[in-house]
Amino acid sequence: MAVIDIVERPAQRSAAPQDSTALDTFPKLLLHHAATRGARPAVREKDYGIWQSWSWSQVADEVEALAGGLLAMGFRRGDKVAVIGDNRPRLYWAISATQALGGIPVPIYQDSIADEMAYVLDHAEVRFAVAEDQEQVDKLIAVKDRCPLLETIIFDDPRGMRHYAYPFLHDYETVQKEGRNWAASHPGFFPESVAQTRGADPSIILYTSGTTGRPKGVVLSYDNLLKTAKNALDFEGLGEQEDILSYLPMAWIGEHIFSYAQAHVAGFCINCPESQATVMTDLREIGPTYFFAPPRIFENILTQVMIRMEDASWLKQKMFQFFLGHARRVGTRILDKEKVSTFDRLLYGLGAILVYGPLKNTLGLSRIRVAYTAGEAIGPDLFTFYRSLGVNLKQLYGMTESSVFICIQPDGQVKPDTVGPPIKDVEVRIDSDTGEVLFRSPGAFVAYYKAPEATNETKRPDGWVHTGDAGFFDADGHLKIIDRAKDVGRLEDGTLFAPKYIENKLKFFPFIKEAVAFGNARPYAAAFINIDLQAVGNWAERRGIPYGSYQELAAAPQVYALIKDCVEKVNRDLSTEPDVAGSQIRRFLVLHKELDADDGELTRTRKVRRGFIAERYRPLVDALYSGADTGRIETEVTFEDGRKGLIKAELRIEEAATFPAASNEQIRLRKAS
Amino acid sequence: MQNGKVIGGPLLVADSISLAFGGVKALSNISLEIREHEILAIIGPNGAGKTSMLNVINGFYHPQEGTITFKGETRRRMRPHHAAEQGIARTFQNVALFKGMSTLDNIMTGRLLKMKRSLWWQPIWWGPAEREEIEHREFVERIIDFLEIQAIRKTPVGRLPYGLQKRVELGRALAMEPDLLLLDEPMAGMNVEEKEDMCRFILDVNDEFGTTIALIEHDMGVVMDISDRVVVLDYGRKIGDGPPDEVRRDPEVIKAYLGEAH
Repeated sequence: MAVIDIVERPAQRSAAPQDSTALDTFPKLLLHHAATRGARPAVREKDYGIWQSWSWSQVADEVEALAGGLLAMGFRRGDKVAVIGDNRPRLYWAISATQALGGIPVPIYQDSIADEMAYVLDHAEVRFAVAEDQEQVDKLIAVKDRCPLLETIIFDDPRGMRHYAYPFLHDYETVQKEGRNWAASHPGFFPESVAQTRGADPSIILYTSGTTGRPKGVVLSYDNLLKTAKNALDFEGLGEQEDILSYLPMAWIGEHIFSYAQAHVAGFCINCPESQATVMTDLREIGPTYFFAPPRIFENILTQVMIRMEDASWLKQKMFQFFLGHARRVGTRILDKEKVSTFDRLLYGLGAILVYGPLKNTLGLSRIRVAYTAGEAIGPDLFTFYRSLGVNLKQLYGMTESSVFICIQPDGQVKPDTVGPPIKDVEVRIDSDTGEVLFRSPGAFVAYYKAPEATNETKRPDGWVHTGDAGFFDADGHLKIIDRAKDVGRLEDGTLFAPKYIENKLKFFPFIKEAVAFGNARPYAAAFINIDLQAVGNWAERRGIPYGSYQELAAAPQVYALIKDCVEKVNRDLSTEPDVAGSQIRRFLVLHKELDADDGELTRTRKVRRGFIAERYRPLVDALYSGADTGRIETEVTFEDGRKGLIKAELRIEEAATFPAASNEQIRLRKAS
Repeated sequence: MQNGKVIGGPLLVADSISLAFGGVKALSNISLEIREHEILAIIGPNGAGKTSMLNVINGFYHPQEGTITFKGETRRRMRPHHAAEQGIARTFQNVALFKGMSTLDNIMTGRLLKMKRSLWWQPIWWGPAEREEIEHREFVERIIDFLEIQAIRKTPVGRLPYGLQKRVELGRALAMEPDLLLLDEPMAGMNVEEKEDMCRFILDVNDEFGTTIALIEHDMGVVMDISDRVVVLDYGRKIGDGPPDEVRRDPEVIKAYLGEAH
């Protein structure tokens, strides 16, 4: 279908005069879609229980009104606009309006606490903020004194703010009304302004959550995003008929590339869920054809299905087990178009009618053409489960600095433990000294905002970007990522210690939500475990193990035994890999509280901040290596309303069995049998 | 939060109410008024007569003595559905919802009194009854949005946690578009977070729709935070009436309810 051609720009920025009619920016694409497919849906939002939709021409109209309103309030080219809130059409339009006026949008994570928000607002020199509701406005007001440049706050949902008498606070609708007046007195201002945007201009600044230190503002140009978005669309053969569910944070590059960049390039429709809590219902109603979710969401879906199946009747359970078993045997091979016997195909067809089809329909995955997962490693069982049902789930590799797409698994060549080969126009090589993955591509970011040193360190003058990930290519040319390069360490005896590799193996168990492995410059590897409340809670309920709180459940001896079993399975698994066999987990404990981004233990994208955790729980880490049976800890926790409290606990430390490292010979025998 | 709020004249006046069940005097000679747009808290120890007072206000109990004047209309005898028609809605101490019905259907029942189509039209889906149903559904959807319970729209109420059931009950009361909303221990049995949510909803209802609210609550923190005025009952008598700060300092109130300072 008509994917818009993006005019190739010469490498030299100064060369060749700019063609102002080229579709090289998002605002230009917006006007193009409004003109060529004006009646097609561009955005849907579930509101008051009904899916409301806006066509491309309506969107262009809304964006123009907002842009006019911003101008009426004194917006100048180059101004930055913070966008804060859940995925709402009006917030997407705020991004469009900013770009159309030659400004730069700066989306901020909606669950940031006021301090984090103040840092970004101040660092990015934000003049305007468009916020979703009272919650966000309150945070902005709280930090406004610290951000002298912030002049104007515009809100979408007026609820609860009837009595707010701040002169700098404006209702979105009022701003749009002003904007329509502006448009009446300045006819043609919008297309003129849009025509001035250029492909090489900065398109957006996205602050990376950062596992260490302050967040960095990644500046991406229109060229970065448009070319990368188009290459990936072409690679998958996606077009204007796609439907996508926009439910991940707008400040995250993945959401921006799927729901904004690719939607603009291909002209497909984005769908905003009613609220965070209804995402699963909305997913089923929309039935997207193109879907992205981090592994934990696929995991949640699977956990829910399995829990509900346990309540099904005997016959249904048998049927479910039988056909899932069959799918596990042949499903992925059928999806990869490999040779499968006619009988197996027929049986799979029957399974599709009885089990796979209804199941996919319940999950909202029956229309999927391409589904991606990335961000964290996905468990092989989990990955294969979806693929065996016929859901074309694939992995990709990317980051904010690369406008996402570096590697994508091609159809028919999907492996659970690699991320596929580099896509078109992307070069990848492995630094021979450090094992670090480097890339060079049209999507490589422009710079970190106001941080030239950090920029030079990451993006070298020759154009190669240092990802900070350690990895290697397998025999088929697929990239395999093992850990952050700086996190890969060694035990005291010199054994390779890749903490994330171990943590991921632990997290593949449904009972384990998070894990933190320690071992660098230590005599052996040890770990903190976070149980998954839903899975372990259900498990405990079925066994009649009473518990009153998360803390109580986590400390139950039966739960310790359950987790010990998981840890030992991981150890057995590690023992089969000669490189890491020495880093089996000797001692572990189950944490009394969930690791939380509000306490700084996880990043906003839920990555474990290992260094911070080691510092915060130092007495527990010491206990893991002291031979003590228990560890005592006091931790400060932040409640959702920002208040702080103290929790104390005494945690039991458990030993886990380790296994002798298998020789290569044994591994071969094991594989053969 | 309270800035810009204008509290009007009396919406409901209870004058010298006495209520007895056989030999038990539940309320004796209580006079109180509920003013337009205010949040009034009725507090008191267990058995002080708080729920009885609410029951008198919405016509469920008939006092032996005294009069109730609502919107300028004095009544002696009245049935609860008359109160409902006049614009008084309430929630109950023990959640009183239809457990097997969904959140949506439960809230829709709050619209029953507003449905005008006759029994003859109702069974015929098409036409006026359908239009009416759509109108009411839209109103209910606004309440669902307001109370942020979209995720449980289709969930049977019996399967919901207690805190959410309380919220659904509030939704049903709101569906009646009341002028006076009576809440009987809206926060009992809730955790801190649920209480905070509920407080916000009560304040928002009061603020957005100007609804007058009378509530019974045991959590003093909540009472002091959200109410404009507090009435204190003890053994069926009124022993305090005034703004929260004043009531908090009243020695008699402290003695009866908050506990003596040692």
